[in-house]
Amino acid sequence: MTGVITITGNYYLVVAAVLFTIGAVGVLVRRNVLVMFMCVELMLNAVNLTFVTFSKMLNDVGGQVTVFFTLVVAAAEVAVGLGIIVAIFRRRQGATADDVNALKG
Amino acid sequence: MVNVVVFIVATVLVLGGAIGVVTSRNPVYSALLLVATLIGVAVFFVMQQAHLVAAVQVIVYASAIVVLFLFVIMLLGVDREESLEDPIKFQRPVALVLGGVVLAEILFLGGRHWATGAHSSAGSLHGGSNNVETVARSLFTQYLWPFELTAALLVIAVVGGVLLARRSGQRAGGPAPNEEANR
Repeated sequence: MTGVITITGNYYLVVAAVLFTIGAVGVLVRRNVLVMFMCVELMLNAVNLTFVTFSKMLNDVGGQVTVFFTLVVAAAEVAVGLGIIVAIFRRRQGATADDVNALKG
Repeated sequence: MVNVVVFIVATVLVLGGAIGVVTSRNPVYSALLLVATLIGVAVFFVMQQAHLVAAVQVIVYASAIVVLFLFVIMLLGVDREESLEDPIKFQRPVALVLGGVVLAEILFLGGRHWATGAHSSAGSLHGGSNNVETVARSLFTQYLWPFELTAALLVIAVVGGVLLARRSGQRAGGPAPNEEANR
């Protein structure tokens, strides 16, 4: 196998880091609340990928179990967050974060 | 060799999809490109023999959560193109610089041994005959209490989602006779 690139865990970690960065920049740049939410999902996925990679690298099942809990938290977050977005939309006709910069209704 | 090709294709899928999510004007395109990213991450999981997590990723993330996103987009009627212009001029360059700082920081920390040199503490990954058995055994023995707590968390989330999405009294949001008549 000389001369053939083997995919080690570090490759996955770099991809996960870049994915996390794209998600973070997306949250900062976009103003549509739904798209910001999707960018949060990107960041969660990057962390999941990191967990699975370390689980493989360290030969530890804990990383894969943690991914399960992350998935549950992500599902709960989506349910509550989309409920909040629907409630905001009822109040005012717009989905940009600038519209809700004050706490008053 | 196959591994390398699959890795490159999945990387293009993941990063291209992620960039598409951030840069596309239409929220529907963002949601569909999110599916591409999630499937690519599932491919990464399969490549690392995390079969159960990969299946859950496709079932829960790529189907249920994205369908929920699309459902809300359609329900609220925001499936139209929006301007990407930012009213705050300095926000975008600052965000890009901050993103670069975050990336450099993660890569720097990832290369240090004191950040990533932890030892195995939750049991070996090769304990059972296959991946599903290993993860399930750990989940239902060592992590049983957190697992039960996630059930409570999901119930709370469902109740909270219903309460938030429900029209909470007439004095708050103003009357909407059509929707009230449908109940």
